[in-house]
Amino acid sequence: MTLLRIENLRPCIFKEALSFELENGESIGLSGPSGSGKSLLLRAIVDLDVHEGEVLLDGVPRTDFSASEWRHTVGMLPPESRWWKEFAGEHLHSPEAAPLDQLGLTPSILKQPVSELSSGERQRLSLARLIANNQPRVLLLDEPTANLDAVNTQRIEALVENYRRDTGAGVIWVSHDIDQLQRTSDRQYRVEAGELHTIDEALQ
Amino acid sequence: MIPVGPLELGISAFLVLLTGICAHLLRLGISRNIAIAAIRTVAQLLLIGLVLKALFASTNALFIGLLSLLMLAIAGREVLARQHRRLKGWWGYGIGTTSMFLSSFTVTILALQVIIAPDPWYTPQYAIPLLGMLLGNTMTGVSLGLDRLTEGAWERREVIEARLILGEDWNEAIGDIRRQSIRSGIMPIINSMAAAGVVSLPGMMTGQILAGASPVHAVNYQILIMFLISAGTLLGTMGAVWMGSRRLFDHRERLRLDRLQRP
Repeated sequence: MTLLRIENLRPCIFKEALSFELENGESIGLSGPSGSGKSLLLRAIVDLDVHEGEVLLDGVPRTDFSASEWRHTVGMLPPESRWWKEFAGEHLHSPEAAPLDQLGLTPSILKQPVSELSSGERQRLSLARLIANNQPRVLLLDEPTANLDAVNTQRIEALVENYRRDTGAGVIWVSHDIDQLQRTSDRQYRVEAGELHTIDEALQ
Repeated sequence: MIPVGPLELGISAFLVLLTGICAHLLRLGISRNIAIAAIRTVAQLLLIGLVLKALFASTNALFIGLLSLLMLAIAGREVLARQHRRLKGWWGYGIGTTSMFLSSFTVTILALQVIIAPDPWYTPQYAIPLLGMLLGNTMTGVSLGLDRLTEGAWERREVIEARLILGEDWNEAIGDIRRQSIRSGIMPIINSMAAAGVVSLPGMMTGQILAGASPVHAVNYQILIMFLISAGTLLGTMGAVWMGSRRLFDHRERLRLDRLQRP
């Protein structure tokens, strides 16, 4: 069943409007050179920038949701995590719901000042924060493993895979790493100069 | 009161000239600003002296109203000029001016009608200086508050968006920045209330004492004025910062930094 339908969406630098669908429990991979508009596409879906087009969740148009309801349900993980309170734990509504163990983190990390955490720890914590606070139906992941070593990259991939399987959430995964997209996605698109190209499985 | 004439003014102008020469020699790059500000002081005060003289002689409600609006318009212009990243279009001027109008005029009218109660209530000897002091101080609060708001939103745009992404509404996402902006807007008046009489003798009180009023009367007036100013500044700053923060988001609660001018 269709979870998210993107209709004639045109982020500002895109030449043409684009349309595609994301099924329940499906994962779509997006690759493409830097500056090609991958992040802008995710930002448009989550509705952070002004753009043309419509997005529907379970057939319900985005405009029927309040802005905060929409972003709560369609969760995006930006490439750089941001924190505004002193301690990591203060950013979580219910710390016990955060999948820390699966990300190789211990609960004591929540009592540490964010400024003392490494960029990799912050990166993993921000995914834990998104999942625990919002339990999104759609996960838009923008380079979620860019700062991580192989072990932690594998942990993130496994966590997203489990989350997708357990909740039926849909995932759009942006990465430069084609191998990673092959591991994590059911289908792939390539974004190039503001255009979306289907990657034909047969040609790979 | 001992009158001050052209000779006395000339001596004080000489001091400003010396300051300007020092600034020039030290290459502070502000000699021009000092000269323009000094000339503006002389021209503006001479002009307002003449206007007040005519106004006090007639007590014409229409003229008093027009002069009040002119003062408001100029204060609005000053608020705009002091902002590094101002809102584009009419909003940059409108938000500051509207909030100063709502706060300063309300507090002034309340003070004139209920507290001081001259007859008629718009007697210019009371109305114009009172409004002037309120506008002057509210202007500082509003311009500091708005400047801090737009600068804060610009610097912390990624945090604001991260909070929006996690499902906070615009009000929560910019809440911290808005609180800081209001605080910095009202800090000057809080400082001057705290220092009043200990570190500095406020200008109006000094003026009344120089004019021969009893210090006790002058002090009572000064307390009244300080309280009115703090109420007006707080109201004006809160109003301006709230309106400004709302304008930074659109109907879909997207952070719209494109509504700010580049500095």
